[in-house]
Formats: sequence, structure tokens, C-alpha cells
Amino acid sequence: MLTIDRALYDAVVAHAKKDHPDEACGVLAGPEGSDTPTRFVPMVNAAMSTTFYEFDSQELLALYKDMDRRDEEPVVVYHSHTATEAYPSRTDIGLASEPNAHYVLVSTREHGNSDGPVEFRSFRIVDGEVTEEEVSVEEPRDA
Amino acid sequence: MAIDVRIPTILRSYTGGEKAVTGEGATLAELIEHLEANHPGIKERLVDGGELRRFVNVYVNDEDVRFTGSLETKLDDGDEVVVLPAVAGG
Repeated sequence: MLTIDRALYDAVVAHAKKDHPDEACGVLAGPEGSDTPTRFVPMVNAAMSTTFYEFDSQELLALYKDMDRRDEEPVVVYHSHTATEAYPSRTDIGLASEPNAHYVLVSTREHGNSDGPVEFRSFRIVDGEVTEEEVSVEEPRDA
Repeated sequence: MAIDVRIPTILRSYTGGEKAVTGEGATLAELIEHLEANHPGIKERLVDGGELRRFVNVYVNDEDVRFTGSLETKLDDGDEVVVLPAVAGG
């Protein structure tokens, strides 16, 4: 199961809506071994494509060095699909290279840049095998 | 010639879980041969048909080797090599 707080969830959805119809991508970093995402890191989609995403190579290096310094790991790797369902494509499965990460897929096919619900789903992708998991969104506690 | 090589999570099965190993070589191609000798199987994950794999990024002192000669990139003692799989998909 992926447990994610409301602010991070909303940030991912906002990024996907903003970049629609291109695919948006990024990482939610968190303390190593915690399985808890704490830091929103939107990335440039170097492919600038409606059907493909790729982190810019220099940004990728900077991100991993930064996470290293902070003792973090990519707890979530997210990207959007803008015309298809929020399910990993064959390419997504073939290129998945973080066996410990939750792969979050957001689909903006229904409402594009506008307000309105999106599909938000999470998967494990290990050795070409996809397993969907539950997403639990933690609401902020009342002050 | 000792060169530090950072190994990504997905390739640590070849390095006994180590996040970093040391290698030797005057070029990236030689370094990869040296790594293969100590960590059999790792070369195939980096190289395909004599070329660096499209979705594997290698950096020497923070520079993406695609801009510095790819596998022919020259290496010096003390260089830092980072291997990172591309984060990409469709």
C-alpha cells in the first residue's frame, strides 16, 4: 500500500494537470527505508511528449546526488498518461528500474488542464511484473 | 588507477549490495571490462552491441558521457563515475 499525505497527492495531481497534454513526471523522495514520501520533486520531461517521458539527464544526476546527501530514496516515481488509463504501459514496465519504488500513474484523459477528478493509481513494478496496490491518502489533522 | 563507481540500486545484485565499487581503466569501455571481471553480468546491463545502452546514463565527474565520447570517454585516476538508469516510460 502507498500511504501519501494530501499535500503531496495534490501536488502530483496539479503537476499532471499543468503539463497536460504532455506527460508530467517526477519523484516523491523520502527517508531511506521509511517507505514514506515527504518531498515533492517535479522533474522536466526532457521528451516533451504526449506519449513518453524521460527525466532530463543532468536533473536526474542532481536529484540522485541530492537524495544521497539527505539519506533519501525515490519512494514514489510518478508520471501521467494524458490520453490513456492510469496503468503502466509496456514501455513503463520495460524501463522501470527502481524495484523499491511505488510507481504512481495519474491519468488526465478526462479533464485535461481543468478541474475535475483524475485517475490516481499506484503499482509495484519488479522484474517486469506489475502489482497494483491500494493508495491511502492521509488528510491533514485538525489543529 | 582507481576510479570510484557509484552503482544504482537495480545493479547492486552484481556488487554484493555495494553502493560503490572501485575499478580501473583508461577509458569507460576498459572500466566496464574491469567491472565485468569482478562483477560478472554487469556489462550486459550497461552495454549492448558495443554501445552504451540507450536507457542507462553514465556520468564522469558529473558530465554525461554521451557528450564526452560515450564508451571512449577518457578516465583518470580519481575520477568519479556514476551509473544511473534513465527514469523514463511511455
